[in-house]
Amino acid sequence: MDWPALWVSLRLAALTSLLLIPLGLWLGRALALARFRARPLCEALVALPLVMPPTVLGFYLMQSFGQQAPFGAVWASLTGTTLNFTFSGILLASLVANLPFAVQPIQRAFEAIPANLREAAWCCGLSPWQTLWRIELPLVWPGLVSALALTFAHTLGEFGVILMVGGAIDGETRTLAIAIYDRVQAFDEQGAALMSAMLLLVSFMTIGVVYGLSGRSRRRRHGH
Amino acid sequence: MDTETGDLTVRVTQAGPIPLDAAFRCAPGELLALVGPSGSGKTTLLRAIAGLYRPAEGDIRCAGETWFASAGQRWTRPQQRRVGLVFQDYALFPHLDARANVMVALGQLPVAERRPVAEAWLARVRLEGLGGRLPGELSGGQRQRVALARALARQPRVLLLDEPFSAVDQVTRRRLQRELALLREEIRIPIVLVTHDLDEAAALADRLCVLHAGRSLQQAPAEALFRRPASPEVARLLDRHNVFAGTVVADEAGRRRLQWGPWRLEVAEGLEGLSPGQRLAWYLPNSDIVLHRRGRPSRGERENPVTGRVSEMAILGGMASVALAFDHCDDTLRFEIATHAARRNGLARGETATVSLLASGIHLMPQASLSREEPAHARDA
Repeated sequence: MDWPALWVSLRLAALTSLLLIPLGLWLGRALALARFRARPLCEALVALPLVMPPTVLGFYLMQSFGQQAPFGAVWASLTGTTLNFTFSGILLASLVANLPFAVQPIQRAFEAIPANLREAAWCCGLSPWQTLWRIELPLVWPGLVSALALTFAHTLGEFGVILMVGGAIDGETRTLAIAIYDRVQAFDEQGAALMSAMLLLVSFMTIGVVYGLSGRSRRRRHGH
Repeated sequence: MDTETGDLTVRVTQAGPIPLDAAFRCAPGELLALVGPSGSGKTTLLRAIAGLYRPAEGDIRCAGETWFASAGQRWTRPQQRRVGLVFQDYALFPHLDARANVMVALGQLPVAERRPVAEAWLARVRLEGLGGRLPGELSGGQRQRVALARALARQPRVLLLDEPFSAVDQVTRRRLQRELALLREEIRIPIVLVTHDLDEAAALADRLCVLHAGRSLQQAPAEALFRRPASPEVARLLDRHNVFAGTVVADEAGRRRLQWGPWRLEVAEGLEGLSPGQRLAWYLPNSDIVLHRRGRPSRGERENPVTGRVSEMAILGGMASVALAFDHCDDTLRFEIATHAARRNGLARGETATVSLLASGIHLMPQASLSREEPAHARDA
């Protein structure tokens, strides 16, 4: 068992999920409610990582993270570090790759709230922030949980993007998924099997928690 | 509930996207019904009062406050308006129980007082003991009551009801309407009811405001509206039949009469001062049409007798709806009489019948709007 790789994977998945949730809430709500002309374009951009081959996405990220690229150069001048082959780099790549998994369930959940609930809240005297906190967030809760779990599970399994951007540096960028590949390459099938079982277990538990949480709120809403 | 109150006055105009040209007023304790077909702008006007829709021009004032004035660029947000709005589908917060739904509207109270006050409101709408139920666990009528309690709990300056009885069955609707009539005696604020149900509006409202394509056409108590519509358009919107065209004529003695086909009709008021030859629209409520009894003299039979052929007779329980057609024109005169009276007088399709058109019931209207509305009428048909 490659414990450092498991630790990198879990840390990456947890940080990606935590950072993406606020962004997903803001973006998902904006895409669900706001009417602006560039909306289809924004939705397409958010969904792009879903349809792009991970290696292609990883390639472009690697390119833009390089110090010759404008983004990489700005990052280097601000932080004094580079992004390629570092944990920060794979975290940033993971944020981009997981954007649709975080945004889409939240957007669907906001779209499902009838518009007049928001208006009823305003007529009751609630400010837009109070409306978000007391009415909208409890109603999008199942969507939020799905977004969290999908992002977490998907990050655990991400392979192509991470390998392109991070390589496989022990304790820094080698995730469990990459470690499994390495073990298979080294004909250590027993090690690969053990780690695969570990990933299977974590993924199953994540999805189980999601169904448990969203199922409970569904039951409560419908009163059964 | 002694909210300091005052009149609600609304005047809004805009060319689009939803055309509006409406003005009305509602006094504290008064119930004004906005009636009109779907798409007539009723709900938009209600939303404008609540601050959920901003019209291009006009002003909205309530209880001495200006909520909207396009001239002064004034616009008060819905949160600051103190409006009680009951939505058509109630818009209860599905994740909150009935009590918590009401408590949301009690933000002005200290936290400790909200719960007992919410319970008291639920009791007032006869929902004692149901405060812990989620909206999904309540019947349609109960949900409507929670919505009403939530609207009133805010101590609003105006109560707005958007088709509040449309989503419940008939029995529940009657009961809720009765409860609203009782509740009205206790709350001294303007109440604006949006409905497309004329019977409901007539039963509940002090006054009706008739809307069509965003325009307010007439405001009056139901009885006055049904007897004296301002135009053929209003009569049509109120589902009144018996709107015809006629010409002013002078009889041998120089008195003004209304010529309708071969008949010169006597009219109690409105004809004096009109010059012969003038074209008019006229309307007669079907309560002012009296059937002559066969072979026997009847009350008022010398008053505007007209004879036609029964072109349609529909029996609807105890009442029969009768249509008389005439040779002189395509007009059809409709009236209702008790089914047994229709039978006794041998009324049947194809038979001739004579009726008196009571002079006091004939209501004259400008002709112009009749001709203008005819294409629309044809389109509807």
